[in-house]
Amino acid sequence: MLIHARGLRKTFGDFEAVRGIDVDVPRGQAFGFLGPNGAGKSSTMRMVAAVSPPTGGTLRILGMDPAEQSSAIKARIGVCPQEDTLDLELSVRDNLYVYGRYFGLPRKEVRARVDELLAFVQLGEKADAMVDDLSGGMKRRLTIARSLINRPEILLLDEPTTGLDPQARHVVWDRLFRLKAQGVTLVLTTHYMDEAEQLCDRLVVMDKGHIVAEGSPLELIRAHATREVAELRFGAGGAQAEHEAVAEQVAGLADRVEVLPDRLLLYSDDGERTLAQVHAAGLRPTTTLVRRATLEDVFLRLTGRTLVD
Amino acid sequence: MTTTPRPGTGPSTSPTSPASTAPGSVVDGALRLAPYWATVLRRTWKGGVISALVTPLLYVVAMGVLLGGFIEVAPGELEGATSYLAFVAPGLLAAHVMTLVIGETTYPVMSGVKWHKTFFAMHATPLGIGSIVLANVGFILLRTLVVSAFFVAVLAPFGVFTTWWGAVLAWATQALVIGAFTTPVFAFAAGLQDETAFALVFRLGMIPMFLFSGAFFPVGNLDAPLEVVARLTPLWHGVDLTRMFALGTFELGPALVHVAYLVALTALGWWWAVRRLRARMVV
Amino acid sequence: MALFTAAVAGETARRAARQGSPVSAVEATRLLVWRNMLAYRRHWPIFVTGFLEPVFYLFSIGVGVGALVTGFEVGGRTVPYAEFVAPGMLAASAMNGALYDSTFNFFHKLRFGKLFDQMLATPLTTMDVARGELSWSLIRGGIYAAAFLLVMVAMDLVSSWWAVLAVPAALLIGLAFGGICMALTTFMRSWQDFEYVTLATVPMFLFSATFFPVSAFPEWLRWVVECTPLYRGVVLIRELCTGTVGWGSAASVVYLVVLGLVGLVVVRRRLDRLLLA
Repeated sequence: MLIHARGLRKTFGDFEAVRGIDVDVPRGQAFGFLGPNGAGKSSTMRMVAAVSPPTGGTLRILGMDPAEQSSAIKARIGVCPQEDTLDLELSVRDNLYVYGRYFGLPRKEVRARVDELLAFVQLGEKADAMVDDLSGGMKRRLTIARSLINRPEILLLDEPTTGLDPQARHVVWDRLFRLKAQGVTLVLTTHYMDEAEQLCDRLVVMDKGHIVAEGSPLELIRAHATREVAELRFGAGGAQAEHEAVAEQVAGLADRVEVLPDRLLLYSDDGERTLAQVHAAGLRPTTTLVRRATLEDVFLRLTGRTLVD
Repeated sequence: MTTTPRPGTGPSTSPTSPASTAPGSVVDGALRLAPYWATVLRRTWKGGVISALVTPLLYVVAMGVLLGGFIEVAPGELEGATSYLAFVAPGLLAAHVMTLVIGETTYPVMSGVKWHKTFFAMHATPLGIGSIVLANVGFILLRTLVVSAFFVAVLAPFGVFTTWWGAVLAWATQALVIGAFTTPVFAFAAGLQDETAFALVFRLGMIPMFLFSGAFFPVGNLDAPLEVVARLTPLWHGVDLTRMFALGTFELGPALVHVAYLVALTALGWWWAVRRLRARMVV
Repeated sequence: MALFTAAVAGETARRAARQGSPVSAVEATRLLVWRNMLAYRRHWPIFVTGFLEPVFYLFSIGVGVGALVTGFEVGGRTVPYAEFVAPGMLAASAMNGALYDSTFNFFHKLRFGKLFDQMLATPLTTMDVARGELSWSLIRGGIYAAAFLLVMVAMDLVSSWWAVLAVPAALLIGLAFGGICMALTTFMRSWQDFEYVTLATVPMFLFSATFFPVSAFPEWLRWVVECTPLYRGVVLIRELCTGTVGWGSAASVVYLVVLGLVGLVVVRRRLDRLLLA
């Protein structure tokens, strides 16, 4: 196991950010922490990155104790923090080069590695630009390139695509896929369901410092949701009370019904059939949508809350 | 996930509410910015007030009183001053007004066009570029005049003013000094892309002027070519005019030259400031 | 005793953290200095003009105002005013140079640039960061001090070979102020707090026997001034430049070194608290 945690806890004063979690990440796996803001993902990531001492429990990274051998651990992992911590006073190339030298790598090796990584994240043409002049997506790619400079055995990615436009997200995902294919162990946090489904072999759902579910994306959907979901909207005036009333009417038509402020979710294995039954019951929603269940639905089921609110 | 707006909870867009209007004049527009600058003042006055008041006083005590205590003044040596303290105090008044004003027109103006982009927010309303510049300049003028009034009041007991009206006129002179530095430096900052140039403004412009424009010693003591340069700086005109009023050595001719120079520089700076800010914001 | 135990525990943890690190302490310091050089490469005019301020003061106050002052006694000998002021400006510029790097620049890197977060994601430790940043500011201050000393020599304001040691003495001033100011900066919450830096340094600049001897003060105030770090630096450099070195000079050296090292230890502890929480 590259990462091994038992009863891992982290408190800041009175605030319990992480309340005793067990995590095992074997070599080569893409592992995800999924949860809303404040679930304890970033605190966990900082402990794994050996920059935040655990308050309780055991933690071993690459078989070492981060309290005692933080430098040795950091030498073998790569960190892509939530906020880009690029060196704004240096050019793109120097950002990678200087950072590489912090790992004690020989000049020649770092130089070769910089060129390789600039090509990998498609920033070769921007090598001599200043970091300030890059777009958000480019900065993110540069941060990812930087985290790879020491050929890490574990790559930690905290919200790798938060704040990026859809196109930039896909570029980042593509690069992460390639790393995964090369056998790099990825550990990432995200509050995007699609990201977790795309990238993770296995994930844990975190809520309020606890792990509330664990498994592959497909396993989690199977265990905590139906195959399909029918979404119903009843115009702008649809008050909560009105939704509740409709929910009672359709309760028998689906395995489960969720009432959200702006729509109703009907969980069943055949969404179209459920929708037909809704219409047959005389209900006239203004818009309808049938889709496959996602991790979003899993999260809603597990916590009673939506992920991004 | 977004919440659906409910009827009646959104902002009112009713056509019966009073219509917003374009300002009738530059001054009218600038006055609409008064609440903004009042808020800025309320939130920042504590931060600047200590160094704005204490720093010049420390200079007066150190240079004027203590170092001055070691200086025997021969008649006519110090442009009519009977003590080094009386000579240096009006000089320090004008010189510190300069440093305060440059402080207010460098990083804060850069912030308006680059970091916080407050000028862009103002310009998205019916306010014009002229109003934006006028409001900011007006704010600096009022604020610095208040600070210099305190400074004059504290200097008075040292006996550095020969008459009470001389003290008042020396204070009023600071309005000219403020104008002559505010508008040109505002203009320079408004068009600047990279703030590192400010360090050069301080080191190659402000500090040499502070030290060599007649505040600490008579410019006549400089070598001839340097003396000419010193007499061309706006600070020297401000220092000399302030000193005339403080020492009661007023002469109409030179005084008019000083006033004309400082007013002309203010006007030129105004024209440049509006032009540079427009070029920066209206593209 | 508790403090001592805590210090030992901290030391053990620090050595442990370094365990297995591929970067030695010396190498880490070298890397951080080099990083700062790279960052300044684009801003060389700022680097170069940094040495001008004390020269301007020397010419304005030392020469311009000096024409009005007869001179002061140093070590039993009356020296011209410019010769009195020049060592003061050298010491003050060492203070100001260290101040800029250890307050504004350090604050920016700590709170906004997140530069130290970046470094701590690598094998570098908080002590590496503190030591590296301080070393850079010392090197920069040392270059300015050496350049200023050359100006003094050219103006014939130096009367002893001891003056060669004025550059290392300037480094000690930089060490003391750099260490203390970096330590204080770790406690600052906003740019507004830097007002206190101005409030502390402007009086030191004006009253530490830089422009006139402390004989201008009443006895009690004189004692206060003599305990300030800038005063110790000014008299040390003045003793070196005029060749009046004595046991007092040695005391100043020890005083400045202790201040600097205490500052450095505080900085490391504060960075641990702020960045490795």
